[in-house]
Amino acid sequence: MSEVILGWWGVPIAVMAGAIRVSTPFLFVSLGECITEKSGRINLGLEGTLVMGAMAGYGTAFLSGSPWLGVLAAGVVGMLFGCLHALLCGLPKVNDIALGIALMLFGTGLAFFLGKPFIQPHAPGLPAFDLGWWSAIPQLREALKVNALFLAGVVLAPALRWGLDHTRWGMIVRIVGDSADAALALGYSPNRVRLAATAFGGFMAGVGGSFLSLYYPGAWSESLSSGQGITAVALVIFARWNPMYCFWASLLFGGASALGPALQSVGVTAGYYLFNAAPYMLTLAILIAASSSRRRLAGTPSELSVTR
Amino acid sequence: MRHGANLVDGLVVPAIAVLATAVVFGVFVAIDGVNPVDVFALMIKGSFGSWFSLQNTLLRASPLLLTALCTALPAQMGMVVIGGEGALVLGGLAAVAVGVPLAGTALPVWLIQLAMALAAMFVGGLVIGFVGLLRQWRGVSETISSLLLTYIAIAVFNQLVEGLMRDPSSLNKPSTAALPDDVMLASIPGTNVHWGLMFGVVFCLLTYILLYHTTFGFSARIVGGNVRAARMAGLPVGTLVLAVTFLGGAAAGLAGMIEVAAVQGRANASLAAGYGFTGILVAFLARQNPLGVIPVAVLLGGIAASGGLLQRRLGLPDATTLVLQGILFVILLSSETLSGRIRLRPRAAP
Repeated sequence: MSEVILGWWGVPIAVMAGAIRVSTPFLFVSLGECITEKSGRINLGLEGTLVMGAMAGYGTAFLSGSPWLGVLAAGVVGMLFGCLHALLCGLPKVNDIALGIALMLFGTGLAFFLGKPFIQPHAPGLPAFDLGWWSAIPQLREALKVNALFLAGVVLAPALRWGLDHTRWGMIVRIVGDSADAALALGYSPNRVRLAATAFGGFMAGVGGSFLSLYYPGAWSESLSSGQGITAVALVIFARWNPMYCFWASLLFGGASALGPALQSVGVTAGYYLFNAAPYMLTLAILIAASSSRRRLAGTPSELSVTR
Repeated sequence: MRHGANLVDGLVVPAIAVLATAVVFGVFVAIDGVNPVDVFALMIKGSFGSWFSLQNTLLRASPLLLTALCTALPAQMGMVVIGGEGALVLGGLAAVAVGVPLAGTALPVWLIQLAMALAAMFVGGLVIGFVGLLRQWRGVSETISSLLLTYIAIAVFNQLVEGLMRDPSSLNKPSTAALPDDVMLASIPGTNVHWGLMFGVVFCLLTYILLYHTTFGFSARIVGGNVRAARMAGLPVGTLVLAVTFLGGAAAGLAGMIEVAAVQGRANASLAAGYGFTGILVAFLARQNPLGVIPVAVLLGGIAASGGLLQRRLGLPDATTLVLQGILFVILLSSETLSGRIRLRPRAAP
């Protein structure tokens, strides 16, 4: 099939394609981090976890021949990183922000170190569902090729939202995030709950990383991540600690990062990099508009160090 | 007695942490099939073992001295700022923007360099000062706003380097116009180390004096200790926050000027090499003390400098030093928990 000349119509299609394709790592990392932050702790190390997940997922898929085993391995490695962060931050006087940055460096370094043998070989990728079979326009069909992990994220976001609001587990996470003292009084150990929440966040970030190496761009390299892990942390704040908003925000961030290249293809080259930074500017603008020196954002976990 | 506790927290705890790092890293390379003793011997040789490697170490430590201050200064007021990378790249860009046109004039070289440094410090200061302003004015978390501003600053930097300020002759790697050799920062006589290292050391010393031996620094530290008490005492909290964050940003901006005017010669993507992020950790490891920043920066410069030798001699990947840095950071930051808990002598009976 040859490409149809779409002109300006290509821009919204490319943005939609980008929203679906680019948003998946954002979605997974931010859903996990959302739960971690709800429990009152911030893990800035997810960038390192993401890169570790990408490497471990690719390596496992290459050695075993199964991309899904790769996704699982990525999640488990991510979970181990999450546990490490949570256990160390559980010690008194250890700063979660600084330790997060340290783990970001450690994870990236370790992934580069262990990933050297996997730069060349080709591992099997994740499957995609062709939801655009009805269309005659190849660009649209390409845009509607939805990968399986994205669909998993679509299901997970409302499930987590519901779980936080309506289950016992969600309640415990929120109590620990809002007042560690109250949680202790109720007989829940804040450190243990945060360990579980951070491990979950790490698992999700690892899976998000495996998407990068197993679907799009679809190979392991050292320049694979362009800061998606750390962007997702900002995205959670943008989404005001609500998993459903995390989903919409991921789509928005993904679409925004596809806007620059899409406009470039129709001849608008001015401001290419500024379009890439659009999500950050938007987040900052919303923070400025919604914050006040007297109160905090609605939904903010009171125990979160960055908002105290 | 109090003095003894400081000695333990300041020396014994970090020593334990460094030892633990050596053990963990030793096991790590041993699993990889390399003799850890060889690795450590090479690392000492590649970082402090010869005049050449010592100079290499100092070169790599130089930007870290200044980017660490970008975190250490606001930390005095209880703020966690992680935006040094953004202030660094825009500072470097400002230095080129001022330096290239001035280089054609008849102005003396020292004056051009001063103008470049001031421009870089001003722009860097604006970036982090804005973080302080948002904190004071809207209550926006300084950690998050500085993180976001880092990415915005790098995007603005890329936009200008590939657009308005691009040198048309730089094809493969878009860059700004180059600074002529005569306005570049010279080396300290008898060495290959540029004067930027001295700027960093002097900046650290001046910051220390400012914080611990002036009324301004005392006031700033009171704000860090207890904002309410500071307000009750009539201290101008808002002005102090703005001044200290501006100064921190100025330090990171100056690091950008030094990288441009002493190492790169022009501004391009190589400027965003992560010095800003490593600086955050340097500041934390130095416990936010400007004097402590100096040895920590030299130690990390040494680790980075020894990477090349490990790669050539033992065939270890270049990421080895990243792994070591990561282990060191994680263990040192976790060792904070031991401070105040170890005693050299058993406690006297009450």
